Amino acid sequence: MAGLMKRMSLIFKAKANKVMDRAEDPRETLDYSYTKQLELLQKVRRGVADVATSRKRLELQVQQLQQQSDKLDGQARAALAQGREDLAREALTRKSGLQTQISDLQTQHASLQGEEEKLTLASQRLQAKVDAFRTKKETIKATYTAAEAQTKIGEAFSGISEEMGDVGMAIQRAEDKTQTMQARAGAIDELLASGALDDPTGTSKDDIQTELDRLASTNDVELELAKMKGELSGAPATPAIEGASTATKTAPSPATPAEAQQPESSS
Amino acid sequence: MIIRILGEGQFEVAEHTVEALNTIDTQLQAAVEADDEAGFRGALADLHALVREVGERLPDDYLGPSELVLPATDSTLEEVRALLGDEGLIPG
Repeated sequence: MAGLMKRMSLIFKAKANKVMDRAEDPRETLDYSYTKQLELLQKVRRGVADVATSRKRLELQVQQLQQQSDKLDGQARAALAQGREDLAREALTRKSGLQTQISDLQTQHASLQGEEEKLTLASQRLQAKVDAFRTKKETIKATYTAAEAQTKIGEAFSGISEEMGDVGMAIQRAEDKTQTMQARAGAIDELLASGALDDPTGTSKDDIQTELDRLASTNDVELELAKMKGELSGAPATPAIEGASTATKTAPSPATPAEAQQPESSS
Repeated sequence: MIIRILGEGQFEVAEHTVEALNTIDTQLQAAVEADDEAGFRGALADLHALVREVGERLPDDYLGPSELVLPATDSTLEEVRALLGDEGLIPG
Protein backbone atom coordinates (compact mmCIF):
# COMPACT_ATOMS: atom_id res chain seq x y z
CA MET A 1 0.00 0.00 0.00
CA ALA A 2 1.18 3.50 -0.84
CA GLY A 3 2.32 5.77 1.96
CA LEU A 4 -0.11 8.05 3.68
CA MET A 5 1.02 11.17 1.85
CA LYS A 6 0.65 9.43 -1.50
CA ARG A 7 -2.82 8.19 -0.62
CA MET A 8 -3.87 11.68 0.35
CA SER A 9 -2.68 13.11 -2.96
CA LEU A 10 -4.51 10.34 -4.85
CA ILE A 11 -7.73 11.25 -3.08
CA PHE A 12 -7.41 14.83 -4.31
CA LYS A 13 -6.58 13.66 -7.84
CA ALA A 14 -9.51 11.27 -7.94
CA LYS A 15 -11.80 14.13 -7.08
CA ALA A 16 -10.39 16.30 -9.85
CA ASN A 17 -10.65 13.48 -12.39
CA LYS A 18 -14.23 12.85 -11.51
CA VAL A 19 -15.15 16.44 -12.34
CA MET A 20 -13.17 16.41 -15.56
CA ASP A 21 -14.64 13.13 -16.77
CA ARG A 22 -18.14 14.52 -16.46
CA ALA A 23 -17.72 17.08 -19.23
CA GLU A 24 -17.88 16.12 -22.89
CA ASP A 25 -15.79 19.05 -23.98
CA PRO A 26 -12.92 19.56 -21.52
CA ARG A 27 -13.01 23.26 -22.30
CA GLU A 28 -16.39 23.43 -20.60
CA THR A 29 -14.74 22.09 -17.49
CA LEU A 30 -12.50 25.14 -17.48
CA ASP A 31 -15.40 27.56 -17.37
CA TYR A 32 -17.32 25.47 -14.90
CA SER A 33 -14.33 25.21 -12.63
CA TYR A 34 -13.62 28.91 -12.89
CA THR A 35 -17.15 29.71 -11.74
CA LYS A 36 -16.63 27.36 -8.82
CA GLN A 37 -13.34 29.04 -8.00
CA LEU A 38 -14.96 32.45 -7.84
CA GLU A 39 -17.68 31.08 -5.60
CA LEU A 40 -15.10 29.55 -3.31
CA LEU A 41 -13.19 32.83 -3.16
CA GLN A 42 -16.37 34.56 -2.03
CA LYS A 43 -16.91 31.87 0.55
CA VAL A 44 -13.41 32.21 1.97
CA ARG A 45 -13.83 35.96 2.26
CA ARG A 46 -17.13 35.50 4.04
CA GLY A 47 -15.42 32.94 6.24
CA VAL A 48 -12.74 35.46 7.19
CA ALA A 49 -15.44 38.03 8.02
CA ASP A 50 -17.42 35.52 10.10
CA VAL A 51 -14.40 34.51 12.13
CA ALA A 52 -13.53 38.17 12.67
CA THR A 53 -17.07 38.86 13.93
CA SER A 54 -16.83 35.99 16.41
CA ARG A 55 -13.42 37.17 17.51
CA LYS A 56 -14.70 40.68 18.18
CA ARG A 57 -17.64 39.32 20.13
CA LEU A 58 -15.24 37.39 22.33
CA GLU A 59 -13.17 40.52 22.86
CA LEU A 60 -16.24 42.40 23.99
CA GLN A 61 -17.19 39.65 26.40
CA VAL A 62 -13.72 39.47 27.87
CA GLN A 63 -13.90 43.21 28.37
CA GLN A 64 -17.26 42.96 30.12
CA LEU A 65 -16.15 40.12 32.34
CA GLN A 66 -12.99 42.03 33.19
CA GLN A 67 -15.02 45.07 34.22
CA GLN A 68 -17.13 42.84 36.40
CA SER A 69 -14.03 41.31 37.91
CA ASP A 70 -12.56 44.75 38.65
CA LYS A 71 -15.81 45.73 40.30
CA LEU A 72 -15.75 42.66 42.55
CA ASP A 73 -12.19 43.52 43.45
CA GLY A 74 -13.30 46.99 44.51
CA GLN A 75 -16.16 45.52 46.49
CA ALA A 76 -13.81 43.15 48.29
CA ARG A 77 -11.65 46.09 49.31
CA ALA A 78 -14.66 48.09 50.47
CA ALA A 79 -15.96 45.13 52.46
CA LEU A 80 -12.59 44.63 54.13
CA ALA A 81 -12.46 48.31 55.02
CA GLN A 82 -15.81 47.81 56.73
CA GLY A 83 -14.42 44.82 58.58
CA ARG A 84 -16.60 42.41 56.67
CA GLU A 85 -14.16 39.68 55.73
CA ASP A 86 -17.01 37.31 54.91
CA LEU A 87 -18.33 39.69 52.27
CA ALA A 88 -14.84 40.30 50.91
CA ARG A 89 -14.29 36.56 50.66
CA GLU A 90 -17.52 36.13 48.72
CA ALA A 91 -16.55 38.89 46.31
CA LEU A 92 -13.10 37.40 45.73
CA THR A 93 -14.57 33.93 45.20
CA ARG A 94 -16.79 35.31 42.48
CA LYS A 95 -13.88 37.21 41.01
CA SER A 96 -11.85 34.03 40.82
CA GLY A 97 -14.71 32.33 38.97
CA LEU A 98 -14.76 35.16 36.48
CA GLN A 99 -11.01 35.02 36.00
CA THR A 100 -11.29 31.34 35.05
CA GLN A 101 -13.91 32.24 32.49
CA ILE A 102 -11.82 35.11 31.17
CA SER A 103 -8.77 32.97 30.65
CA ASP A 104 -10.90 30.34 28.92
CA LEU A 105 -12.25 32.99 26.57
CA GLN A 106 -8.76 34.26 25.93
CA THR A 107 -7.66 30.80 24.85
CA GLN A 108 -10.57 30.60 22.45
CA HIS A 109 -9.76 34.06 21.22
CA ALA A 110 -6.23 33.00 20.34
CA SER A 111 -7.56 29.97 18.51
CA LEU A 112 -9.99 32.09 16.48
CA GLN A 113 -7.25 34.53 15.68
CA GLY A 114 -5.22 31.61 14.33
CA GLU A 115 -8.11 30.52 12.11
CA GLU A 116 -8.55 34.05 10.87
CA GLU A 117 -4.91 34.28 9.85
CA LYS A 118 -4.99 30.89 8.16
CA LEU A 119 -8.11 31.76 6.20
CA THR A 120 -6.72 35.12 5.18
CA LEU A 121 -3.60 33.43 3.81
CA ALA A 122 -5.71 30.74 2.15
CA SER A 123 -7.76 33.43 0.45
CA GLN A 124 -4.59 35.10 -0.85
CA ARG A 125 -3.22 31.81 -2.16
CA LEU A 126 -6.49 30.92 -3.83
CA GLN A 127 -6.76 34.38 -5.39
CA ALA A 128 -3.29 34.03 -6.93
CA LYS A 129 -4.13 30.59 -8.31
CA VAL A 130 -7.51 31.68 -9.64
CA ASP A 131 -5.88 34.57 -11.51
CA ALA A 132 -3.27 32.24 -12.97
CA PHE A 133 -5.98 29.76 -13.90
CA ARG A 134 -8.05 32.38 -15.70
CA THR A 135 -5.08 33.30 -17.92
CA LYS A 136 -4.33 29.67 -18.64
CA LYS A 137 -7.97 28.93 -19.37
CA GLU A 138 -8.23 31.69 -21.95
CA THR A 139 -5.02 30.58 -23.62
CA ILE A 140 -6.17 26.98 -23.81
CA LYS A 141 -9.59 27.91 -25.12
CA ALA A 142 -8.08 30.17 -27.79
CA THR A 143 -5.35 27.79 -28.90
CA TYR A 144 -6.53 24.23 -28.72
CA THR A 145 -9.31 22.04 -30.03
CA ALA A 146 -11.39 20.01 -27.60
CA ALA A 147 -9.25 16.94 -28.18
CA GLU A 148 -5.99 18.79 -27.66
CA ALA A 149 -7.29 20.68 -24.69
CA GLN A 150 -7.71 17.52 -22.63
CA THR A 151 -4.02 17.01 -22.05
CA LYS A 152 -3.29 20.71 -21.64
CA ILE A 153 -5.94 21.13 -19.03
CA GLY A 154 -4.91 18.18 -16.86
CA GLU A 155 -2.15 19.73 -14.76
CA ALA A 156 -3.73 23.11 -14.23
CA PHE A 157 -7.06 21.61 -13.45
CA SER A 158 -5.89 19.11 -10.89
CA GLY A 159 -3.63 21.78 -9.40
CA ILE A 160 -6.44 24.22 -8.83
CA SER A 161 -8.78 21.46 -7.79
CA GLU A 162 -6.32 20.39 -5.10
CA GLU A 163 -6.08 23.96 -3.86
CA MET A 164 -9.86 24.23 -3.79
CA GLY A 165 -10.12 21.04 -1.76
CA ASP A 166 -7.54 22.34 0.69
CA VAL A 167 -9.22 25.73 1.04
CA GLY A 168 -12.63 24.11 1.28
CA MET A 169 -11.47 22.05 4.25
CA ALA A 170 -9.95 25.12 5.90
CA ILE A 171 -13.28 26.93 5.64
CA GLN A 172 -15.12 23.93 7.01
CA ARG A 173 -12.77 23.84 9.95
CA ALA A 174 -13.10 27.53 10.67
CA GLU A 175 -16.89 27.27 10.43
CA ASP A 176 -16.96 24.42 12.93
CA LYS A 177 -14.82 26.37 15.36
CA THR A 178 -16.87 29.52 14.94
CA GLN A 179 -20.08 27.63 15.58
CA THR A 180 -18.82 26.09 18.79
CA MET A 181 -17.58 29.48 19.85
CA GLN A 182 -20.86 31.19 19.07
CA ALA A 183 -22.80 28.71 21.15
CA ARG A 184 -20.52 29.41 24.11
CA ALA A 185 -20.59 33.14 23.53
CA GLY A 186 -24.37 32.99 23.47
CA ALA A 187 -24.39 31.26 26.84
CA ILE A 188 -22.15 33.95 28.32
CA ASP A 189 -24.27 36.72 26.84
CA GLU A 190 -27.29 35.14 28.51
CA LEU A 191 -25.45 35.00 31.81
CA LEU A 192 -24.47 38.63 31.49
CA ALA A 193 -28.02 39.59 30.55
CA SER A 194 -29.60 37.62 33.40
CA GLY A 195 -27.51 39.55 35.92
CA ALA A 196 -26.00 36.33 37.21
CA LEU A 197 -22.63 37.87 36.47
CA ASP A 198 -24.01 41.21 37.53
CA ASP A 199 -24.74 44.01 35.18
CA PRO A 200 -21.51 45.32 33.66
CA THR A 201 -23.10 48.71 33.14
CA GLY A 202 -23.49 48.98 36.91
CA THR A 203 -27.11 50.07 36.69
CA SER A 204 -28.48 47.20 38.71
CA LYS A 205 -26.91 46.23 41.99
CA ASP A 206 -25.82 42.82 43.11
CA ASP A 207 -26.22 41.41 46.59
CA ILE A 208 -22.67 42.29 47.66
CA GLN A 209 -23.19 45.87 46.61
CA THR A 210 -26.55 45.95 48.41
CA GLU A 211 -24.87 44.79 51.62
CA LEU A 212 -22.07 47.32 51.23
CA ASP A 213 -24.59 50.08 50.63
CA ARG A 214 -26.57 48.99 53.68
CA LEU A 215 -23.40 49.11 55.80
CA ALA A 216 -22.59 52.54 54.49
CA SER A 217 -26.04 53.90 55.19
CA THR A 218 -26.06 52.35 58.68
CA ASN A 219 -22.81 54.16 59.31
CA ASP A 220 -24.28 57.40 58.11
CA VAL A 221 -27.30 57.02 60.36
CA GLU A 222 -25.21 56.18 63.38
CA LEU A 223 -22.91 59.09 62.74
CA GLU A 224 -25.79 61.46 62.42
CA LEU A 225 -27.39 60.08 65.57
CA ALA A 226 -24.19 60.54 67.50
CA LYS A 227 -23.88 64.04 66.17
CA MET A 228 -27.43 64.93 67.18
CA LYS A 229 -26.93 63.45 70.64
CA GLY A 230 -23.83 65.49 71.01
CA GLU A 231 -25.65 68.64 70.00
CA LEU A 232 -28.49 67.95 72.45
CA SER A 233 -26.18 67.26 75.35
CA GLY A 234 -24.03 70.23 74.44
CA ALA A 235 -21.05 67.96 74.05
CA PRO A 236 -19.13 67.45 70.77
CA ALA A 237 -20.17 64.44 68.73
CA THR A 238 -18.14 61.30 69.14
CA PRO A 239 -17.44 58.81 66.45
CA ALA A 240 -18.75 56.02 68.63
CA ILE A 241 -21.49 54.09 66.98
CA GLU A 242 -22.07 51.73 69.87
CA GLY A 243 -24.75 54.17 70.85
CA ALA A 244 -25.63 56.27 73.84
CA SER A 245 -23.43 54.47 76.31
CA THR A 246 -20.16 55.51 74.73
CA ALA A 247 -21.43 58.89 73.74
CA THR A 248 -22.61 59.79 77.19
CA LYS A 249 -19.78 58.21 79.15
CA THR A 250 -16.90 59.76 77.31
CA ALA A 251 -17.27 62.45 74.75
CA PRO A 252 -14.28 64.67 74.98
CA SER A 253 -12.56 64.37 71.64
CA PRO A 254 -14.20 65.41 68.43
CA ALA A 255 -14.49 62.76 65.78
CA THR A 256 -12.01 62.80 62.95
CA PRO A 257 -13.20 61.77 59.51
CA ALA A 258 -10.98 58.70 59.67
CA GLU A 259 -12.52 57.55 62.90
CA ALA A 260 -15.97 58.19 61.59
CA GLN A 261 -15.28 55.64 58.86
CA GLN A 262 -14.55 52.90 61.39
CA PRO A 263 -17.10 50.14 61.52
CA GLU A 264 -19.05 50.23 64.73
CA SER A 265 -20.56 46.79 64.77
CA SER A 266 -17.86 44.63 63.34
CA SER A 267 -18.42 41.61 65.55
CA MET B 1 8.92 16.58 -6.25
CA ILE B 2 6.05 18.72 -5.06
CA ILE B 3 4.50 18.28 -1.64
CA ARG B 4 1.45 20.09 -0.31
CA ILE B 5 1.07 20.78 3.37
CA LEU B 6 -2.65 21.20 3.86
CA GLY B 7 -3.52 24.70 5.00
CA GLU B 8 -0.08 26.03 4.09
CA GLY B 9 0.70 25.55 0.42
CA GLN B 10 3.08 23.66 -1.82
CA PHE B 11 6.78 22.94 -1.45
CA GLU B 12 9.32 21.72 -3.97
CA VAL B 13 11.46 19.00 -2.41
CA ALA B 14 14.61 17.52 -3.92
CA GLU B 15 14.28 13.89 -5.02
CA HIS B 16 17.08 12.68 -2.78
CA THR B 17 15.14 13.54 0.36
CA VAL B 18 12.29 11.27 -0.67
CA GLU B 19 13.80 8.33 1.14
CA ALA B 20 13.92 10.22 4.42
CA LEU B 21 10.37 11.37 3.90
CA ASN B 22 9.19 7.86 3.12
CA THR B 23 10.70 6.52 6.32
CA ILE B 24 8.72 8.94 8.46
CA ASP B 25 5.67 8.50 6.25
CA THR B 26 5.75 4.78 7.04
CA GLN B 27 5.76 5.61 10.75
CA LEU B 28 2.85 7.97 10.22
CA GLN B 29 0.92 5.33 8.35
CA ALA B 30 1.65 2.75 11.07
CA ALA B 31 0.51 5.18 13.77
CA VAL B 32 -2.77 5.77 11.94
CA GLU B 33 -3.37 2.04 11.63
CA ALA B 34 -2.44 1.38 15.25
CA ASP B 35 -4.59 4.28 16.44
CA ASP B 36 -1.50 5.69 18.14
CA GLU B 37 -2.25 9.39 18.58
CA ALA B 38 1.11 10.25 20.13
CA GLY B 39 3.04 8.39 17.44
CA PHE B 40 0.91 10.09 14.81
CA ARG B 41 1.59 13.55 16.18
CA GLY B 42 5.30 12.87 16.46
CA ALA B 43 5.65 11.54 12.92
CA LEU B 44 3.51 14.35 11.51
CA ALA B 45 5.62 16.99 13.27
CA ASP B 46 8.80 15.33 11.95
CA LEU B 47 7.47 15.31 8.40
CA HIS B 48 6.48 18.97 8.63
CA ALA B 49 9.88 19.91 9.98
CA LEU B 50 11.65 17.99 7.24
CA VAL B 51 9.55 19.43 4.40
CA ARG B 52 10.05 22.95 5.69
CA GLU B 53 13.76 22.38 6.11
CA VAL B 54 14.56 20.86 2.74
CA GLY B 55 11.66 22.18 0.70
CA GLU B 56 11.29 25.41 -1.15
CA ARG B 57 7.96 27.17 -1.04
CA LEU B 58 6.30 27.41 -4.45
CA PRO B 59 4.78 30.72 -5.51
CA ASP B 60 1.04 31.08 -4.83
CA ASP B 61 0.20 31.23 -8.52
CA TYR B 62 1.80 27.86 -9.30
CA LEU B 63 -0.93 25.75 -10.89
CA GLY B 64 0.33 22.16 -10.79
CA PRO B 65 -0.86 19.35 -8.53
CA SER B 66 1.21 17.79 -5.74
CA GLU B 67 2.65 14.30 -5.72
CA LEU B 68 2.33 14.03 -1.97
CA VAL B 69 -0.09 15.67 0.42
CA LEU B 70 0.68 16.14 4.08
CA PRO B 71 -2.07 16.72 6.67
CA ALA B 72 -2.10 20.09 8.45
CA THR B 73 0.13 20.59 11.48
CA ASP B 74 -2.73 20.46 13.97
CA SER B 75 -4.65 17.62 12.34
CA THR B 76 -5.89 14.90 14.63
CA LEU B 77 -5.63 11.23 13.86
CA GLU B 78 -9.39 11.10 13.59
CA GLU B 79 -9.51 13.87 10.98
CA VAL B 80 -6.87 12.19 8.86
CA ARG B 81 -8.59 8.84 9.06
CA ALA B 82 -11.86 10.44 7.98
CA LEU B 83 -10.07 12.12 5.10
CA LEU B 84 -8.53 8.86 3.92
CA GLY B 85 -11.70 6.92 4.28
CA ASP B 86 -14.11 9.27 2.65
CA GLU B 87 -13.47 11.23 -0.51
CA GLY B 88 -16.65 13.17 0.10
CA LEU B 89 -14.95 14.95 2.96
CA ILE B 90 -13.10 17.26 0.60
CA PRO B 91 -15.65 19.89 -0.34
CA GLY B 92 -15.77 21.86 -3.54
